[in-house]
Amino acid sequence: MTTQTQVIPPRSRPASTASGNKLGRPHYGTHVFLLVMAVMWLIPLGWSVYTALRPFADTNTYGYFSVGGRYSLNNFVTAWNQAGMGKYLVNSAIITIPTVLLTLLFASLMAFAVSRFSWRFNVTLLIMFTAGNLLPPQVLAAPLYAMYKFTVLPLSVSDSGNLLNTYYSVIMTNTAFQIGFCTFVLSNYMKALPKELTEAALVDGASVWRQYAEIIMPLCRPALAAMGTLEVIFIYNDFFWPLLFIQSGDRLPVTTGIKNLQGDFLSNYNLIAAGATITIIPTLVIYLLLQRQFVAGLTLGATKA
Amino acid sequence: MTTTVAPPARAVRAGGTRRSRLLTTPDKVTLVVMAGVPTLIQFVLVWAPMVLSIILSFTKWNGLSLSDIKSAGLTNYQFIVKDYPPFWPAVAHNIIWLLFLACVATPLGLLLAVLLDQAIRGSRIYQSIFFVPVMLSLPLIGIIWQLMYARNEGFINNITGIANTPAAIDWFGNSSVNLWAALIAATWRHAGYIMVLYLAGLKGVDPSLREAAAVDGASAVQTFFRVVFPAMKPINIVVVVITIIEALRAFDIVYIINRGTNGLELIGALVVQNLVGEGQVIGIGSALAVMLLVVSLVPITIYLSRVFGSED
Repeated sequence: MTTQTQVIPPRSRPASTASGNKLGRPHYGTHVFLLVMAVMWLIPLGWSVYTALRPFADTNTYGYFSVGGRYSLNNFVTAWNQAGMGKYLVNSAIITIPTVLLTLLFASLMAFAVSRFSWRFNVTLLIMFTAGNLLPPQVLAAPLYAMYKFTVLPLSVSDSGNLLNTYYSVIMTNTAFQIGFCTFVLSNYMKALPKELTEAALVDGASVWRQYAEIIMPLCRPALAAMGTLEVIFIYNDFFWPLLFIQSGDRLPVTTGIKNLQGDFLSNYNLIAAGATITIIPTLVIYLLLQRQFVAGLTLGATKA
Repeated sequence: MTTTVAPPARAVRAGGTRRSRLLTTPDKVTLVVMAGVPTLIQFVLVWAPMVLSIILSFTKWNGLSLSDIKSAGLTNYQFIVKDYPPFWPAVAHNIIWLLFLACVATPLGLLLAVLLDQAIRGSRIYQSIFFVPVMLSLPLIGIIWQLMYARNEGFINNITGIANTPAAIDWFGNSSVNLWAALIAATWRHAGYIMVLYLAGLKGVDPSLREAAAVDGASAVQTFFRVVFPAMKPINIVVVVITIIEALRAFDIVYIINRGTNGLELIGALVVQNLVGEGQVIGIGSALAVMLLVVSLVPITIYLSRVFGSED
């Protein structure tokens, strides 16, 4: 199964180089094409960082498309302080961390129940879980908004008196929306683990919970790492649910908060660029540390069967 | 020893009913909770809202109080199709979006994957470069490209030398070009995504297939289109489904540019325009969402039947 070859890269690599060599020696044209594409791919990022490093006054004097003047991190400091990028990033963490943990917990429980035991509706449920995640989120928007609005909460829990304008609404919705996908991927992974593992445990009198916690979950670590990384990026990058549910600007996570950059800085492109670059930094850290996990997660979801 | 090993082996053959007898009552309770809690969450926050959306699409509601909900029959749909100016442009733009992704962005991703699957120097570095935008959010991509496209300050107009001249194009502001400008920004991300999927797909192709084709004297191009590409059928279906779903969900980039107006109307953005902020028109927003839902069911069904079809 593709799922496993993706999580354990060493096994797939020899095959790829072997197959690659058979295609013959790449032409110079291939190199030129790839080089041109790579440069085109990097320009937008490079342009953002370059613009962010230059003071507004200097770009006014020399023009944006120029070399010269001073280079400094001042725009980052201004963007951090004035646009509240620091606060946005904290909000992103408040939303992302619980969402990813809850998603993995619920998805692994469900995946365990449907993949290691056969009962009447497990395939039907799995299909419905998977379908839920494929829906456009707009389809759920109006009813969820109304449901959260009419959920009465004490003012000590939520200052709006309901679930709107709270982190809970975004965490709950994202968790529910992502459970389907994670359940699907984890159940495929768990199905591939030998039946004998849990059956022997069952005979030895291990409870279902111990089978889940002590046998299956430790074996799922590669899949959980891949899904965890993928979900961190997914939730961090989510724009839609906070846009819908959170009205107070100071509670927005960074991905939704950047919509205020243009308004805050008008056409000061240097500051907008600095704000955008700050948003990239957490992604970049994950990219550098966990790129393989992220790719594994993406392909795990797509290359089943 | 043999007696303890025997029961599970028999239980496997007999299927679920026999095996469940091995479960104690606490075990059964554990299982019900394990499956029940996530199912309840899905029911309350995904399946029920989907059904409620359909119901709301046949009502008139300002979102203020539940008692204000009034039945409206098909009037929301009639209004959208006949009297809602941005609707047909949005439909056209969604179709253009799909065609552009399907004919430009997805093939580009496939091409990159095929080139990088060869034993080419720097393949890993190229992969990493094309992969960067996949990790970025679509609104952020909108902002990054705004910096590229700005009339006098942007990279594009400066490198072509039309910045600060009357000929300078406002790429995101001019309604005759902004859809294409947004599509290029979307391609920047989509091609890398497809590349990653096809790189995994290409690794899954049995090398002996290519060897056999090479022995038979097939050229590299022939080998790819006649042997390798058909062998990747599972991933091809996933890519088709992802491309359609991405085109239907397209919303973030245009919303960050101008909330999806002035040449950038998309159904996904119209839904949000009707639901967010003052003057909510829940019925209209829901009816648009239901239209999106109905169209989405096509790729969703293709995907589910492909993935689960073989199991039943």
